[in-house]
Amino acid sequence: MVNRVLVGAHYGLKDWVIQRATAIIMAIYTVVLFAAIAVVRPDSFAAWRGIFANGLMKFATFLFFVSLFYHAWIGIRDIWMDYVKPDGLRLLLMIATAAALVGYTGWVMQILGRI
Amino acid sequence: MAEITIKKMRPKNLDLMTIRLPLPGILSIIHRVSGAGIFLLLPVLLWLFQSSLGSAETFAVAKGLLTHPLVKLVLFGLIWLYLHHFCAGIRYLLLDLHLGVELESARRSSKIVFAVSIALTFFIGGALLW
Repeated sequence: MVNRVLVGAHYGLKDWVIQRATAIIMAIYTVVLFAAIAVVRPDSFAAWRGIFANGLMKFATFLFFVSLFYHAWIGIRDIWMDYVKPDGLRLLLMIATAAALVGYTGWVMQILGRI
Repeated sequence: MAEITIKKMRPKNLDLMTIRLPLPGILSIIHRVSGAGIFLLLPVLLWLFQSSLGSAETFAVAKGLLTHPLVKLVLFGLIWLYLHHFCAGIRYLLLDLHLGVELESARRSSKIVFAVSIALTFFIGGALLW
């Protein structure tokens, strides 16, 4: 019987896989975005906005940010688990991290929705 | 019994001046620090992203900010953090696939990560900021 702890890692391969899957998604998006910038060479608002106005690019950008936030959740949670030993403080920091990242997701939806 | 003997013979070296983290270790801690740094800067970056895409006026504000030398320096550093995290991350993915796990190749690949990420930082950072 595994001794399950509330502020533990939930003992699965799931997060390990998600951290890597989100990394690959972000890596591909990064290359695509740099390529788009290199081709378009945006120097005006219209040109810059044009890169993200395309439906596919908007979807890819949203996917990038969701990947970034999930990836950051796993990484930052690992940092709290490595360095913060008091359970209460660790739980507080985990909740604050998750809350910030969920909030950022809403923020990104707003930004992309207005384009 | 054998264990006790080994414990006694184990060399101790707590002289901090002679202990040095090997390059893959330095890569590893920068990977963690860069991830934490990018996380902490997320609100600023999202605000910049929002401004750049909001309207022609907010775009001009964001663009104006990027002409400030100090902002350029911070962003240049951030680009390096991102690219180090990117390159070191690819190295970790390859290690996950059991590619380059031997000591010699692991040391060599960490050198490659530093060389490539720093070169890319000057190339991409230079192209985007100057």
